[in-house]
Amino acid sequence: MSPGRGLEPTPSQTIGPFFHDALLERDPTGLVPPEHPGAVRISGVIYDGAGDPVPDAMVEVWQADAAGRYGSEGFSGFGRSGTDEHGRFSFTTVKPGPVPGPDGTPQAPHVNVSVFARGLLRQVTTRLYFPDEEEANAADPVLTSVEDAGLRETLISHDEGGGSYGFDVRLQGDGQTAFFEFGE
Amino acid sequence: MTQQTVGEAAGHPPYLYPDYESTRLRAPKEPLIILPKALSDIRGPAYGRGTVGGLDYDLTRQHGGEPLGERIIVTGRVLDGDGRPVRGGLVEVWQANAAGRYTHHKDAHPAPLDPNFSGAGRCLTDDEGRYRFVTVKPGAYPWKNHDNAWRPAHIHFSLFGPAFRSRLISQMYFPGDPLFEHDPIFQSVRDPEARKRMISHFDLETTEPEWALGYRFDIVLEGREATPLERPHA
Repeated sequence: MSPGRGLEPTPSQTIGPFFHDALLERDPTGLVPPEHPGAVRISGVIYDGAGDPVPDAMVEVWQADAAGRYGSEGFSGFGRSGTDEHGRFSFTTVKPGPVPGPDGTPQAPHVNVSVFARGLLRQVTTRLYFPDEEEANAADPVLTSVEDAGLRETLISHDEGGGSYGFDVRLQGDGQTAFFEFGE
Repeated sequence: MTQQTVGEAAGHPPYLYPDYESTRLRAPKEPLIILPKALSDIRGPAYGRGTVGGLDYDLTRQHGGEPLGERIIVTGRVLDGDGRPVRGGLVEVWQANAAGRYTHHKDAHPAPLDPNFSGAGRCLTDDEGRYRFVTVKPGAYPWKNHDNAWRPAHIHFSLFGPAFRSRLISQMYFPGDPLFEHDPIFQSVRDPEARKRMISHFDLETTEPEWALGYRFDIVLEGREATPLERPHA
């Protein structure tokens, strides 16, 4: 234990290829039922550095409710999806409200997205923002901290109509998604 | 090679570790964007608290008979970065059977399946952060990463903690495994001291006479309790 840093964490290891029965048995892809007022669908494909879909990934989402509250009564805000043979994941949820950020600056509505897979020794973490929130997105402290416009663009989902938002994740190569890590 | 990340400095493996072949096309190469500290400690999900069954911790009692293999007890504490117990946290495990075979349909290792072993369990930590599983010791198994590649025996662990950044998936190894030095997944953790944090300890106190060997494995998650900023509004 080094002073000021607390305990050293247990290192991460890959999820490997054989997690499905243990982690996805309960199919937690529906954060709300499809008939829920304001239900939206979030889906996309995970791609590797060769542009091929990743069929053995697990995607987790963690988000605030429609009023911008994390962990509120009746809405867990958490979901998990495997990817199918086409690398596709999918969730049914509600669009989150804006949540407070540092110094009271509101953060634009967003969903925290983590991807685990064989070949990922640690999960990658990104954020899904919404295309119809231009004003909020322009003021969001995280989006504005991503200096490269191309990289920033990878964080905005696409409106696919009918309450569906598309969000592909590219792990590596051209158009790689912006991934975050947490500062000390 | 990419720059060392904050995670690597804390003992986590790099994303790109070419000896582990699957990292080559899956590791991100753009530098990670560091979130400000104020956003790093947002609370994490309280997942699974209502869905754990009373016997989910016992992987030897999920079928009509008992699985073959060496019966073991695996227990330990889950702590946050300040050393405080993680209470009511979901712990999920999965593993191969004693012969080194997973029930997963994509596992092609020609070792026998055990009709009495599925290899998945879950439990919640108690008020001291303690978890406990009863299972059988998993076997080593071959994989196709390189010629004559074998994984050391391990149990996969999935954990949730107080903060979003606490989320961890890791693997627990057994002490003294001769395969450690040949395994690129284990070796991807570059710091030898950090590697030790993935190895359980044989524990005679946990061992139950005439019944099962005991192993202790404590887990430290990153992050601490949520900042007031992200607590639910009144």
